[in-house]
Amino acid sequence: MNITITVNGEPMVRSVEPRLSLVDFLRAEGLTGTHAGCEHGVCGACTLQLNGQTVRSCLTFAVQCDGQEVTTIEGANFPDLQEAFIENNALQCGFCTPGMLMTANDLLQENSSPTRDEIREAISSNYCRCTGYQSIVDAVEQVAKQRSEVA
Amino acid sequence: MKPNSFEYVRVDTLNDAIAVLQEHGDDARILAGGQSLIPAMNMRLALPEVLVDVSNIGEMHGITIQDGGLRIGAMSRHAEVMKSSKIAEYAPLITMAMPNIAHGAIRNRGTFGGSLCNADPAAELPACALALGVTFNIQGSDGTRSVAAEDFIDGTYSTCLSDDEILVSVDVPAPEAGAVSFFEELARRKGDYAMAGLAAHGVLKDGQFTDMRLVFFAVDEMAVRASSAEQLICGKPLSEIDIDAVCAALADDITPFEDLTTSSAAKMVMMQVLTRRTLEKFIAEGAVN
Repeated sequence: MNITITVNGEPMVRSVEPRLSLVDFLRAEGLTGTHAGCEHGVCGACTLQLNGQTVRSCLTFAVQCDGQEVTTIEGANFPDLQEAFIENNALQCGFCTPGMLMTANDLLQENSSPTRDEIREAISSNYCRCTGYQSIVDAVEQVAKQRSEVA
Repeated sequence: MKPNSFEYVRVDTLNDAIAVLQEHGDDARILAGGQSLIPAMNMRLALPEVLVDVSNIGEMHGITIQDGGLRIGAMSRHAEVMKSSKIAEYAPLITMAMPNIAHGAIRNRGTFGGSLCNADPAAELPACALALGVTFNIQGSDGTRSVAAEDFIDGTYSTCLSDDEILVSVDVPAPEAGAVSFFEELARRKGDYAMAGLAAHGVLKDGQFTDMRLVFFAVDEMAVRASSAEQLICGKPLSEIDIDAVCAALADDITPFEDLTTSSAAKMVMMQVLTRRTLEKFIAEGAVN
């Protein structure tokens, strides 16, 4: 099937098999920042934005995104959040990081000053097998504080 | 973890959707949010030959007030339902249930109607539907029909829908004066499936409950009312409600199944804990009002 899909601001016209997931579509396009983990919506590694909302790209077929806008980690614009992850060692292997950043960004857009419990609740949708989450919560909390000081 | 090949059809009208469903029978599945169907397809537990994407059908969208009650389009995304001020006003039970449904990224795609049609025994919305006494509006090749909440789901992952029927919307009756609602589930981790959950909805009039529905989920093959426990709550002054007796009566109504993590006995204890919390909250609120 032919679809027109805008990825990180760039329109693409492609022919796809209906069964191709959005994450596999993007990775075949060379956008390998979005990771396929569990492929049944549990681990959160494939989380990205569809029309500005976070979704699981393993639970979305590329054909469903005809005429829609996708933002992947390659097109994301939250350098302070990414910087805070580095500063706080909020990643080790990095597999969960793109999805974790997308989820953290979504939280901070909804709630500019989340408590640590609220951060933990939000990122409970994303698995990290390296950090034990503590440093990820630290990073998100730090960004919330930094942004409130600037604002 | 890749799904089998299938044909994908996106339709703009109910009639077109029904025509596709008629043509393909049970080889076709309706695709709404896909947050349960696609994982099942990825694991090849579901092998539909045709997917009918109904996300563009206008009549299935929207949350509106009609005839004093609430109409929720089947394609309403969970995130939209969770934030709806109309639902918070007319059916606060649903608003209370929403944060328990998976996580934000899933709620952005998953739909109200999809969850009801999936009929997962651990799902929140079938329990809310039963507690609120909603009506299901269905369209098929033979026209439209309305089905009461207790007749819609008829087993685990099973509904009364025939192969060519679609759930279009759900009507929630306007809340009665004195309506009270409470929702809580016990899960091992936020967003996980419940080990046991309770959707409770009652009517408090002149210091007594005139109606009480205790609907448990994740304990039986579908959401189920605890009728004999309910009877011990209604028609008496709040101070005379014997919570211990209500909790004991749950065993007359329900024998919980055991699942991978939780035994039947543990689920019964959880049901009693949820019942106690709910009644203590209702009685405290009733005493104030």
